[in-house]
Amino acid sequence: MHKLEVYRANGGYEALQKVLNEYQPGEVIDIVKASGLRGRGGAGFPTGLKWSFIPKAPGEKYIVVNSDESEMGTFKDRELLEKNPHQVIEGAMIAAYAIGAKQIYNYMRGEFMGIGQHFEEALKACYDAGILGDNIFGTDFSCRMYGYYGAGAYICGEETALLSSLQGDLGQPWSKPPFPAIEGLYKKPTVVNNTETLANVPPIITNGADWYKSIGTAQSPGPKIVCLSGHVNNPGNYEVEMGMTFHELVYGENYGGGIRGGKKFKALLPSGGSGPVVKEDALKAPITYEGLTPYGSTVGSASVVVMDETTDMVWAALKMVHFFKHESCGKCTPCREGTFWMERLLHRIYEGHGTEQDLEVLQSVATQIKGKTLCALGEFAVNPVLSTIRHFFDEYKAKVQGGQKKVAAKTAVPTPTD
Amino acid sequence: MLLQEKYPEEIKGILARFPHKKSAVLPLMHLAQEAYGFTSREAMQEVAQILDLDPTHVLSLAGFYTLYYEEPVGKFVLEVCNDLACALRGADEFVQMASRKLDIPVDGTTNDGLFTLKTVMCLAACDRAPMLQCNLKFEEHLDEAKFDALISRLRAEAAAEKAEPSIVEQISAFAK
Ligand SMILES: Cc1cc2nc3c(=O)[nH]c(=O)nc-3n(C[C@H](O)[C@H](O)[C@H](O)COP(=O)(O)O)c2cc1C
Ligand code: SF4
Ligand code: FES
Repeated sequence: MHKLEVYRANGGYEALQKVLNEYQPGEVIDIVKASGLRGRGGAGFPTGLKWSFIPKAPGEKYIVVNSDESEMGTFKDRELLEKNPHQVIEGAMIAAYAIGAKQIYNYMRGEFMGIGQHFEEALKACYDAGILGDNIFGTDFSCRMYGYYGAGAYICGEETALLSSLQGDLGQPWSKPPFPAIEGLYKKPTVVNNTETLANVPPIITNGADWYKSIGTAQSPGPKIVCLSGHVNNPGNYEVEMGMTFHELVYGENYGGGIRGGKKFKALLPSGGSGPVVKEDALKAPITYEGLTPYGSTVGSASVVVMDETTDMVWAALKMVHFFKHESCGKCTPCREGTFWMERLLHRIYEGHGTEQDLEVLQSVATQIKGKTLCALGEFAVNPVLSTIRHFFDEYKAKVQGGQKKVAAKTAVPTPTD
Repeated sequence: MLLQEKYPEEIKGILARFPHKKSAVLPLMHLAQEAYGFTSREAMQEVAQILDLDPTHVLSLAGFYTLYYEEPVGKFVLEVCNDLACALRGADEFVQMASRKLDIPVDGTTNDGLFTLKTVMCLAACDRAPMLQCNLKFEEHLDEAKFDALISRLRAEAAAEKAEPSIVEQISAFAK
C-alpha cells in the first residue's frame, strides 16, 4: 500500500478528486463534522469543528500533521507512515482544501528518519504524478507537502510546542490563547491534526458521514487503532471498532491472546504513561472516549500497556515519572520541580529507603502540580503517581514499612536515576 | 565550512521548503552533526551563520533535543529503549547484557571508538521489545544472539569501510 500505484488501484486519491470536483470547502467541513470524527492524538477533539475555527478570509494558512508520536506505548502513526503514507497525505490534502491552506508540514519525531524514507518516497511519487504541486487534477487547487523531522523531545507532540519547534524556536508550549486556529505556524491560522485522524478522512469522503457513524458508538464513531504492548501474548497494532471491550482486546484470540505465560492480569495503562492506571474491573469497559470515565481514566490515543501479577507498581510508577521528569521542558516551575521531586521520592521509596512521611510528601507534591501547569504534561506526570497510590496502596505501604527499618541501619543518600 | 562544503544541494533544498529560514535550523543541525560528528560549537556556529541566527540560540537547541550529541560519540550509537513497555518485556536486562558485552557503561563509548551505548525513552516500537536504534535504524525483537550478530555485522562494516549514506543523509537527499 505504500506504493502510489497500489494505493490508486485501491481507490486512492479518489476522495481528493471528488472533493476538488464536487464540494465547496465548507461542504467538506460539514461532512467531517457530520461524521463525528474525533482527534486521535489523545484529546478526542471533534475534527470538523476544529477545521471550522479557521477564519474564512483569504491568506496564508497551514495544515500540520502531528507525527511526533512519543507517548510511551504508542506506535500506530509509525506503522501508518510506513505502510500507508498515501492515506495520510490524501487526508492532509483534503484538510488543506477544506481550510484553504496551500502548505502542509508533517512533523515526525527525529527517530522516524529511517522509516520516513517511505513517506518521502510517497511525497515524491505524488509530485511526479501531479497529485502535489500546482493545479492538482487540473483544478485551481495547488498544494505542497513536506516532511519535517524533530530531534528527540516528547513535549514537541504538544501542538504549540510542535509549532514552536517547527519555527526553529525552542520546543516549548505557549500559553493559549492565541489558539493555533487563529495564530499558529508563523502566526498564521493553522490546524494541527494527528496522523491517524487525517488517515480517517479519505474513507469518510468516499463512503459518507452516515457510513462512518455506523461504525463504533454514537459518541465515539469510527475505527480506532489500538497499540497493545506489555505482558500479552500478541502485542501489536489492532484496528478495532470503537465500543469493543478492553477484555476482548487483551484476551481475544484475534487480539492480545491473553497474558503471557498464563500469568494473572494485574493492571492496565489505557493511555500510555499519561493516563491513570486501571485494574481488572475496567476490562469490561468499552474502548471509547467515555468508556473509562467511571474508572477514573481515559483512553487517550489508545496505547494499552498490560501488566501481569509480577509487576511492581512502584517500579512502574517510577519508570513513568522518570519519563516525565526527563521530558519536562522546564518552562514552568511546578512541572519542572515537581517531576524532579516526585522522581526522587519514588526512587527512595522503591529502593526501600522511604518513610511514611515520604509517601505523604509524594502525594502532596503530586497534588500541588495539578492545575498549575502551562500544558498538560504536568497533569500527565501526576497520573502514574496518584493512580498507583490509589489502586496499589498496599505495595507502597509495604515498601515504606520495610524502608523505615532499613533507614535506621543505613543512611545512604538515595540518588535519583539519571 | 564543513557543512556547506559537504551538503550544498541539501542545504539549498531544505531552505526552499520554508517561508522563514529559521525553520531550517533542526534539519541543518542534523546535517551539521553528520559533518562534524557531534554538535560542536564550531558546527553550531556554521548553522547559525547560514541561517543568520544567534549562535547561542542554536547551541540552546543542541542542549534541548536528545538526538543532538554535545560530546563526540562512537561510529555506531546504540540507543536501547528501556522505557516501561519495553522494560516489561526484558529491556532492562537487555541493557545490562549489552553493557557487559561491549564492556562499557551506559553513555560510554568503546575504546576503539566504534560503539556508544545509550538508554532512551519510548521509540514507538514497544510491541517489538527488546529493541534499539543504531544510528536511527530500528533493530527489533532482539535477544542476546541477535545482539551478538548485530555487533559482528557492524564491526565487519566498519572494517570494510563501506561508506553507505547515513539515514540523515538519505532523508536530507530528498530535499535536493
Ligand atoms: C505533552 C503532550 C504530548 C502530546 N503528544 C502528541 C503526539 O505525539 N501526537 C499527537 O498527535 N498529539 C499529541 N498531543 C496532543 C496535541 O497537543 C494535539 O491535541 C493533537 O495533535 C491534535 O490532533 P487531533 O485533534 O487530530 O487529535 C500531545 C499533547 C501533550 C500535552
Ligand atoms: S507543564 Fe511541563 S512540559 Fe508543559 S510547559 Fe510546563 S514545564 Fe513545559
Ligand atoms: S517503551 Fe520502548 S519502544 Fe515504547
